[in-house]
Amino acid sequence: MSQYMLLVYEEEVDPAEQAEREQVTPMLVELHRSLREAGLLVGVQRLHSTESATSVRVRDGETEITDGPFAVTKEVLAGYYVLECADLDEALQHAARLPMAPSATIEVRPIMPPGEWLNTARRAGVDLPDEAVDYLA
Amino acid sequence: MSADAQPADPVSAAVAGAFRDERAIVLATLIRQVGDFQLAEDAVQDAFEAAVTVWQRDGVPANPGAWITTAARRRAIDRLRRNRSVADRAERLAELTRLDAQHAEPSMDDESTIVDDRLRLVFTCCHPALDMPARVALTLRALGGMTTGEIARAFLVAEPTMGKRIVRAKRKIADARIPYRVPADEELPDRLRGVLRVVYLIFNEGYAATEGDRLVREELCDEAIRLGELLCRLMPDDAEVWGLLALMALHDARRAARVDPSGRYVALDAQDRSLWDQDRIREGLAKLERAVRLRRPGEYQLQAAITALQIQAPDAEATDWAQIAELYGALGRLNPSPVVELNRAVAVGLAAGPAAGLELLEPLLTDPALERYQPLYAAHAELLSRGGDAEGAARAYERAIALTANAVERAELERRLGALH
Repeated sequence: MSQYMLLVYEEEVDPAEQAEREQVTPMLVELHRSLREAGLLVGVQRLHSTESATSVRVRDGETEITDGPFAVTKEVLAGYYVLECADLDEALQHAARLPMAPSATIEVRPIMPPGEWLNTARRAGVDLPDEAVDYLA
Repeated sequence: MSADAQPADPVSAAVAGAFRDERAIVLATLIRQVGDFQLAEDAVQDAFEAAVTVWQRDGVPANPGAWITTAARRRAIDRLRRNRSVADRAERLAELTRLDAQHAEPSMDDESTIVDDRLRLVFTCCHPALDMPARVALTLRALGGMTTGEIARAFLVAEPTMGKRIVRAKRKIADARIPYRVPADEELPDRLRGVLRVVYLIFNEGYAATEGDRLVREELCDEAIRLGELLCRLMPDDAEVWGLLALMALHDARRAARVDPSGRYVALDAQDRSLWDQDRIREGLAKLERAVRLRRPGEYQLQAAITALQIQAPDAEATDWAQIAELYGALGRLNPSPVVELNRAVAVGLAAGPAAGLELLEPLLTDPALERYQPLYAAHAELLSRGGDAEGAARAYERAIALTANAVERAELERRLGALH
């Protein structure tokens, strides 16, 4: 099994349309329940709108804080899932079955296992003890 | 080792032959066994390199394919021992070592395992999570016998660019865990359509070649037909697989007549029909018949049937345009597209007169998808001219000429414009 992150990108809409979107919540409850019972749901979170986002950049030692998301795009990150899947096909199937899929774009990304992270850093010449793997992810 | 290498001695010829005939089969099996595309490919490459020296010293083995399989597996074991990043490494190593301890090469004799492995590889290479150029390159690299350099030349890109494209695709297969298997029944029709699209794109890239190294590009047609034949062997019960092979064979039969000695494109009704490859045509018609007998119509079968009607008629005049118009109608219902609708309008114009054709064509003139589509205006001009409206035809030809970037096409359109008055 591998872990995949499903990043849900949606257009931010006016309150009336948003209220319409909230209607899928009971379906989400059911979906999350069944995924959790099957042991496939590692995590799921919904984010506040990008109106509440703050971006931080440190350049030349200066911390720059700006109001808003890192880039202004039509579709924005609205939430994510982390799922256990046998392979990409399974992850893509989960993505297509999300109730918000008809109005969203779901980016599916494989999660790098901590062991691979450790090896990648070691290959780059970083000296790390084996137990570092417990703290990477 | 590549297809264009000139084997100078029996050993090089044997290695080149094994590369052409066995490489894809050995690779498909090894990918399943080691679970890593790149590692399997490197191991197979190592084995071919070793073959050059060892066969020179010890002579060509009785079964070159079995020799390559064993050598590639041993190289894979060596590489796996050194490479810690492969998933399930310990299990893979145990399995490979167990296989290596066996005396015979079971996979070489077991036809169904070979078929399964190659089919898995087809679906991995044509996976929709890879972008189209990557699917095409990977399919040619892993299933066809082409080297990265040949694929690069065929697609008119620099070899390092093509190399990067292939490496990136293989890395995505590994990192995202694109599965190495035939899709489940509910996904199969969609995914198979995707595979056929890749093969037809490869064919068209070679067939429409008007620039670059034409010989290398035409190699793509042969490669696509070989892939089509492979798919027919792997999935003999799918009508569209046969339909695509029929379509490619029928187009391919006219390859020699499509270009004149100076390299210029020759339109269908101006082609020298004595240059058509009659064996290829018979072959294409037989495949089409086989497809139709399966009674599952589809877009490739319809296109092949249209091509068959055009080819079988003694000339453009005697072509059964009414039947062709009907086939385009069926194609449009299956797969609505303004280009298909345009082809239908042209066929109707030839079957029932220019007025009937114009009636179907006129709505397309306001279709934004065709706004810059030169053939629409050329067809409009033809229909107007045949209907006696020389002035309207001239305007349409001018529009078509303004939209063409191809010198040969422009010359032909200008000739027709000049012939109006």
